[in-house]
Formats: sequence, structure tokens, C-alpha cells
Amino acid sequence: MLEVRGLVAGYGAVRALGGVDMSVAEGSVTAVLGANGAGKTTLLRTVSGLLRPRSGSVELDGRDLTRAPVEEIVRLGVAHVPQSGGVITELTVRDNLRLGGLWRRDRAGLARRVAEMYELFPPLAERRDRLAATLSGGERQMLALARALTGGPRLLLVDEPSLGLAPKVVASLMAVLRRLCDEDGRTVLLVEQNARSALSVADRAVVLDLGSVVASEPAATLAADDRLRHAYLGF
Amino acid sequence: MVRFVNLTLAGITSGAVFAAVALALVLIWRATRIVNFAQGGMLMFTTFLAWSVIDHGGSYWLALGTALASGLVLGAVLERVVVRPVESKPPLNAVIVTLGLYVLLQAAAGMIWGDTPHSYPPAFTIRGLSVAGERLLLSPFDLFVIGAVAAVMVALTLLFVRTDLGLRLRAAAFAPEIARLQGVRVGRMLTLGWALAALVGSLAGVLVAPSVFVGPAQFDAMLVFGFTAAVIGGLDSPAGAVVGGLLLGCALSYVSGYVSSDLVTFGALAALITVLMVRPNGLFAASAGRRV
Repeated sequence: MLEVRGLVAGYGAVRALGGVDMSVAEGSVTAVLGANGAGKTTLLRTVSGLLRPRSGSVELDGRDLTRAPVEEIVRLGVAHVPQSGGVITELTVRDNLRLGGLWRRDRAGLARRVAEMYELFPPLAERRDRLAATLSGGERQMLALARALTGGPRLLLVDEPSLGLAPKVVASLMAVLRRLCDEDGRTVLLVEQNARSALSVADRAVVLDLGSVVASEPAATLAADDRLRHAYLGF
Repeated sequence: MVRFVNLTLAGITSGAVFAAVALALVLIWRATRIVNFAQGGMLMFTTFLAWSVIDHGGSYWLALGTALASGLVLGAVLERVVVRPVESKPPLNAVIVTLGLYVLLQAAAGMIWGDTPHSYPPAFTIRGLSVAGERLLLSPFDLFVIGAVAAVMVALTLLFVRTDLGLRLRAAAFAPEIARLQGVRVGRMLTLGWALAALVGSLAGVLVAPSVFVGPAQFDAMLVFGFTAAVIGGLDSPAGAVVGGLLLGCALSYVSGYVSSDLVTFGALAALITVLMVRPNGLFAASAGRRV
């Protein structure tokens, strides 16, 4: 579904990605693992259009996204949940949720999907009229994910959802991602530093190190490979 | 007592106009973190257009419509053409650009319409209403001024709080990158924000024109007072802009009535300094730690 070829990107003099090739199969969970500074976030930002690559290409179902603006990529069914969620703290929970699906210009459909999100994440339903600033870290991550889903994306890009959350909360978030894939047929590209929990739900995993792909394997194979695990994943 | 009531009424009327200018500044500050120093020039220019309509025999209402429509267009065009290139640059660039725009608009107006101020008719009589034999400093035109500003405020509030477009506008102002990730066309929202701000400014220009006259430099004080009102309210808060405008209007009215009308500008400065010393973020600023 998603094809990344020879992607080079960076910030100023820093080259964060040095020619990354990877693909994501439709209906799978693919984890991108690696240490701090490996280029994981840069990869997601380039795919969703927030960052222009210096060279290389990103294709979604054979369609070139490399030069497309963020707003258009969203309309092709790609939702990006940025690091620490990026909920808009000045808006209410409900407004945050609605914002995610507003681009479809389908009021009835949007109301239905927002209601579905309240069912899927009951804590959000209780706090729907509160400002997002009042939510805890776990609830914000929940809201960010729910907001992405109100747009009904086919491809979900999730950046370090486990950051700063309790292990129990992380486990339930990972389970939600797996269900989105198995039950709704969505494709998930998950960036994680927490390799152990990411591998527990991923089908495939790509390991990045200093901007290059050092491994691309089925998740089970990678989890069983002691050498790679010790060298790059820290467990 | 009658004097106090009169000064308060006069203060509310001029405060309504300050509030409108302050709101124009706040809308732009919220969306782009730019203090629009060109606002005084923009509302001067659109008021001149309205004056031209009246000068050519058009009605007051046609002139008002012209000012509002040209404000919308002027705001949108300036944002797209002049301001867009500096939006992502250091703040000083935007300061220079808006100041330059102000000088340009003022010079252009002088070339087109000349430097002599022209009178501008009010919509209704400016003879004060009489209540129980006392002549009040509140005329039907003053009521129109207050009503027009209030109507625009209510309309804007409804737009921002009740509509999907308003949600997009707020999201684009609070968190542009996150808004883009939700499919909001942030560029369009910024253009629309400038257009709306310029519309509110144009309204203020037409409303104040009968008392200050229409000339290239006649509206300079409006920017100063509007900016003061906006800072008093906390540059980020539309409600603060309104309250700041009314407070400033009344304060200046008392200074002018009880002390001396020569001290009005000084009074504005004193009010500004007092508020900045007591509440540096303005009366209505959200707590500083809100961005997480």
C-alpha cells in the first residue's frame, strides 16, 4: 500500500534519513523501531507531507505523494498521530474529535463516527465538553488516536504512542491498534522506541539506525534474533 | 451625577469603536502572531472609499457596505500578497512589513484624495437624547455605533464558536501544524482571518469618521487606542479586546471630563502601564502554562 524508495530527508545541515526503502502491506501493522535520533519521526513526517524530502519518493497505492501538501495527503486517507498526540489543548474534547473528520464535509457521517469514538473510548465521552488541556497523558493519546479515526483513514501513522504512559495504558493502546487492523482493515505504521510492546502487535518490523534501514523482518523473526535485539532495540 | 452618567455614556460609545479596532488586532495576533501596524492605514483607506461613495451621491448605507466589502478584500489581498511571505520569518520582518504597508496606504490615500480632512456624515442625528429634561451625551448615532459593534461581535462569536468554519479557524490559529494534519487548509484560514479582521476595522473607521473626519492621518490615534485596548485585554483574547476597549473608552472619557481633554493620550498611556504592571499578560490572558 505504501512504498518508500530512497528517501533522503533532514533539517538544515542534519541528514536524518539517508536513503530509506521500505514498504507497508495493506491491512498490516508495521513497526518502525530504533534508538533516539534514528530517523523514525522524520520518516513519518516525510510520509505525511510535513517535511519535504531532499530526494526519493513516497507512493500510496501507486500514487506519488512526494510533493503533495499535507492537507491533500489527509484527503487520500492518511492520518498522522504525532508524538505526544498533538491534541489542541484550547479546544474541547468534542471539537478536537470533530476536527479530525471535518474535511469529509459529511455532517451526518461525522456525528456517527464521533459517537463511535465515544463508545470505543468511554473516558472521552465523559469529558466531551471539557478542554483537552484537562486530560491526562493517556487520555490525550486516546483523544489523538480517536481524532485520527474520525477521518476514517485507511493508513494510520502513529508516532511513539507509548511515550510517558504507564505500561498498562501502553498495552491497551497497542491492543486498540491491533484491533483497528484486524477488525476494521486499517493499515498501521507504528513508530516506537518501546520495541518490546511494538513487536507484540506488529506483523513486520523495520529497524532504523542513523537514518538507514538495518533490518526489515517479520516481527516474530526480529523478536527471536538476539543479535539485532541487543544491538538496536535494547532488550 | 448626571455628569458621571454622561461621561460614562460617551466612554462606552468611543470604547465600542476602540473595541472593534482592538478586536481586529487580536484576530490577526491570534492567528499569525503579528501585530498589524497597518490596521490604522487599512481602516483609513476603506473609510476613504466609503467617503468617495457619499461624495458621489451614494447613500450612507451603500458607503458602509462599500467600506465593509473593501475591508474584506483588502485584508485578504494583503495577507496573500504581502504578509504571507513573512509569516514564517522572524517577527521583526512582519513588523517592518506592516509598518511599511501603513506608510504606503497613507501616502496612497494622500495622492488620491489629498491631505485635507473631509467631513463624514453620521447615520443618525448626533443630538443627545433627552431623559427627564436632562440632555444626555448619548445620541441616536451613538446607539447605532454601540449596536453595530455589538452586532458584529455577536456574529463573529457565533461564527467562531458555533460553526465548522469557526472550528477550522480556531484550530488553525491555535496549532497550525496539527490543524493541517486534520486536513484544515491553514493558508485559507489565515487569509479569511485577515479578511474578517479588516472588516471589523473598516466598520470602526466608518463609525468614528464623523468625529475625527476623514484624512490620511486622522485615524492614527485609533490604532494607538485600539492597540492599548487589546493589550489591556490580553492580546490573545477577543472578549478581552471588547472589555479592554470599553474600559479604555470610559477611562479616557473620565480623564477628559474631570481632568483635561489634553491629557487623553496620556491617560491611555497611564492605563496601559498600570495594566502591564499589575497583570503583564493582560486582564484576560489564559494561564501561561497552557501550551503543553
